[in-house]
Amino acid sequence: MERRRFLTIAGAAAGTLLLPISGRLIAAEALTETLDVAVKKRLADVALDAARGAGASYCDVRIGRYMQQFVVTREKQVNNVVNTESTGIGVRVIANGTWGFAATRDLSKDAVAEAARTAVAIAKANSRIQTEPVQLAPVKGAGEISWATPIEKNAMAVPLKDKVDLLLSVNAAALEAGASFVNSTLFLVNEQKYFASTDGSYIDQDVHRLWAPMQVTAVDKESGKFRTRAGLSTPVGMGYEYLDGTAADRIELPGGVEIYSKRYDMVADARAAAKQAQQKLKATSVKPGKYDLVLDPTHMWLTIHESVGHPLELDRVLGYEANYAGTSFATLDKRDAGFKYGSDKVTLFADKVQEGSLGAVAYDDEGVKTKRWDLVKDGVLVNYQAIRDQAHVIGEKESHGCCYADSWSSVQFQRMANVSLAAGKDELSVEQMIEGVDKGIYIVGAGSFSIDQQRYNAQFGGQLFFAIEDGKITEQIEDVAYQMRTPEFWNACSAICDERDYRMGGSFFDGKGQPPQISAVSHGSATARFDGINVINTARSLG
Amino acid sequence: MSIMTESQAKAILDKVIELSKADECSAFLGGERTGNIRFARNAVSTSGEVSDAQLVVQVAFGTRSGTATTNSFDDASLERVVRAAENLAKLAPESEEFMPALDKQSYMDTKTFQKGTDEVDPAFRASAAADSIESCKKEKLVAAGFLTDSRTFSAFANSNGNFAYQTNTELDYTCTVRTEDDTGSGWVARNLGDAKQFDAKKDIATAMRKAKGSVEAKAIEPGKYTVILEPAAASGLITFMMFGFDARQADEGRSFLAKKGGGNRIGEQVFDERVDLWTDPADPRAPTLPWDQTGQARKKMPIIEKGKVKYLQYSRYWAQKQEKESHGQPGNLIMAGGDKSTEELVKGTRRGILVTRTWYIRMVDPQTVLLTGLTRDGTFYIEDGEVKYPIKNMRFNESPVIMLNNIEELGIPERLQVGGGQNQFLALIPALKVRDFTFTSLSDAV
Repeated sequence: MERRRFLTIAGAAAGTLLLPISGRLIAAEALTETLDVAVKKRLADVALDAARGAGASYCDVRIGRYMQQFVVTREKQVNNVVNTESTGIGVRVIANGTWGFAATRDLSKDAVAEAARTAVAIAKANSRIQTEPVQLAPVKGAGEISWATPIEKNAMAVPLKDKVDLLLSVNAAALEAGASFVNSTLFLVNEQKYFASTDGSYIDQDVHRLWAPMQVTAVDKESGKFRTRAGLSTPVGMGYEYLDGTAADRIELPGGVEIYSKRYDMVADARAAAKQAQQKLKATSVKPGKYDLVLDPTHMWLTIHESVGHPLELDRVLGYEANYAGTSFATLDKRDAGFKYGSDKVTLFADKVQEGSLGAVAYDDEGVKTKRWDLVKDGVLVNYQAIRDQAHVIGEKESHGCCYADSWSSVQFQRMANVSLAAGKDELSVEQMIEGVDKGIYIVGAGSFSIDQQRYNAQFGGQLFFAIEDGKITEQIEDVAYQMRTPEFWNACSAICDERDYRMGGSFFDGKGQPPQISAVSHGSATARFDGINVINTARSLG
Repeated sequence: MSIMTESQAKAILDKVIELSKADECSAFLGGERTGNIRFARNAVSTSGEVSDAQLVVQVAFGTRSGTATTNSFDDASLERVVRAAENLAKLAPESEEFMPALDKQSYMDTKTFQKGTDEVDPAFRASAAADSIESCKKEKLVAAGFLTDSRTFSAFANSNGNFAYQTNTELDYTCTVRTEDDTGSGWVARNLGDAKQFDAKKDIATAMRKAKGSVEAKAIEPGKYTVILEPAAASGLITFMMFGFDARQADEGRSFLAKKGGGNRIGEQVFDERVDLWTDPADPRAPTLPWDQTGQARKKMPIIEKGKVKYLQYSRYWAQKQEKESHGQPGNLIMAGGDKSTEELVKGTRRGILVTRTWYIRMVDPQTVLLTGLTRDGTFYIEDGEVKYPIKNMRFNESPVIMLNNIEELGIPERLQVGGGQNQFLALIPALKVRDFTFTSLSDAV
């Protein structure tokens, strides 16, 4: 409650919303500034030289300028506008076969050299209790490289007034359409990251991300009932152009649901959300039992994240996260035995390259060129997510390129890449999929989620639920949650729509590590069908 | 200079207030020195120390307000941060919900600093890790844990003449112990203000006992059971429920404490009459700062008394609109218990389940505070007053509101750090014995 790194941003639906703010707050005009690459290279060389001089066998340097802007509104009010910036340098070394790390926000040459020497001293001190020396998969130096998220409009450069006007028009649309309350927010992130290492890499990257969540609430005061419908947007690795959605970007789905793919029309979604929140108040409560589930990509991403992305992180598999995030059921022996993770239709791949995704970068935070690789191929577990000091554990010669730190002051470690479900190979639309279902539920949007520490038993809710009977959607229903055991669930996948329906969802705040770090990650899929899944009714009475 | 003395902090805050040309100015200055050590697979994985400090400046022109922050405290930086806040305020829209700077506050005396905890060093941390690891190695168990210690200072001033300064110390230790074959898992958590009271060897024994005792767990049918939730297990559900104690949400009809037809349920019997819950910043067992994030004074206040709702959190704006009083947001949570240990609660139980810890709790339906989550790191079947055998973990779908109406007995409250991640606070929560707790499925996770 009192942690300094959190500022209170009032006005969220859940009362007071605490957001992780890791930097100092700055004026709007400073958001578009960048640091000179030549200055960063000189500073990086100071650190690399100092580390080598102190006895490091390897050193990498990350000079980061991390910028965030939050615009928070409810109904006709702007609750808060926050600009933050955090700049500094993190130096990681290997000395005596052991990692050491130190960071400073002082970018003078002396302070940077001192940080490098401190990192070496920590490595040497820790090497006394080291049982296995670090084995680093080789990386060829990239030379001097620069990369930027392909954006059309830098969200940081868009005038604050335009952002406030957009959110207030979103709120007005929801209220006009009958909402009792509406909260809407813009989260904008720009990571200006410079990486250099003793491998000979000098990599400058300018990474942009954006998220525009909203929450629309309908209240029936007489009955005391209330329901919310969250926005159906996705956080993206894009610029402000994501919010330029118009009617042409709208996709009409069964059940009268409208969603958006490449560009988002937030005002139209607010209007729809208000109507659907009111419908939720009077929707039929689900009868518990076994159902065939038809899961839209706005929902699938979270199920993929929890039941595939996390269990296939190698540090969890090995036990490094046992005291916090947990371990994994998907142990190394299962991969060696060709464990059947899912049905033959299921191919799940990891990547750090999908355009528009939250994870997309050219190089990861230890200078490894990013790529795509399979985790589950035609239903069989084939690989994990591993970084340079883990690759040898799974018999690989190179890192997968999924190393990340959430700040210059945090030590980089293995984080989830984008993990996605490959679209079906045969032509299949959502309508055709539903036509084949006798007794099912069509779920749109992510809701409540919970999964055990080894990623076996999970429970998921959603935003919108529609009953399917004899191939047709009959009505909107409520109080739905499904429970699953991960391998049985993925083995129950009987159909996946084709590439035309492939869309991404994602999380801005995936947490891991002690002290905790956050990261942003996308998950793509087309609509998928899972047969005979256990659905519970979540309605209760407080008397 | 991350940890400043009172006079150093006051000098900076005085300068900020003096520099501001806005109608009003509030400033918050805080700093920390934290240390940590992380271990897994019976070896140290990472360790470090972080020193940092931050100044937050809030200013207002009329009802337009702006906020800016800096890490640098020289005169030029202070001037820059004040001007940055003023520039943002000038760009900000007028706010109908704007509240002026706090009037002069009177703060309670709370003892949040313990000499000794501020002197925890890398050797102390390394020995805690070594004690945990060596104990486990001897018995072919595997330890993964985290120890973090912190010394912080907080200071607040505004243009109405408020000034306050206080220091805080804390030590937090958690350790998960697993059997080498991954068939058993145990856990222990310890939060202390005074590091001298910390004994890793003693605490690790609890996690080791649970790990060994949870091997060869049997599956039982999910359903409604009498459960004994150890304090850590109970706190997961109770603290989640506290998000509903916001007056505005309740008055707006979107909380379980909203009244049908409008208004809120203050004064109503919502829980079993044995439920007493309050906040007290000065409680020596879980002391907290006497002001909240906005500088508003905290008080000792009943929240639930004999099962009746006594208090909802009114923001200053909502309190003014509803003509109610506003107090500082509570910084700790204290629940009354009984005098029985967990072992004594087990002795008095004919059939039931003992739960060490609850995990991954999420809101399923805010209307009823229906929560889902799982048991973890030691779940046991009780028969005729004895722990008979370990059982597999289970998922629950339960509302703490229903749970706190099904109380059988209360145990001795324990100090816990609750809230998760970096959004943490101190609580004193007893073990709870409750009937008809709803488990909905089995988990194969160990």
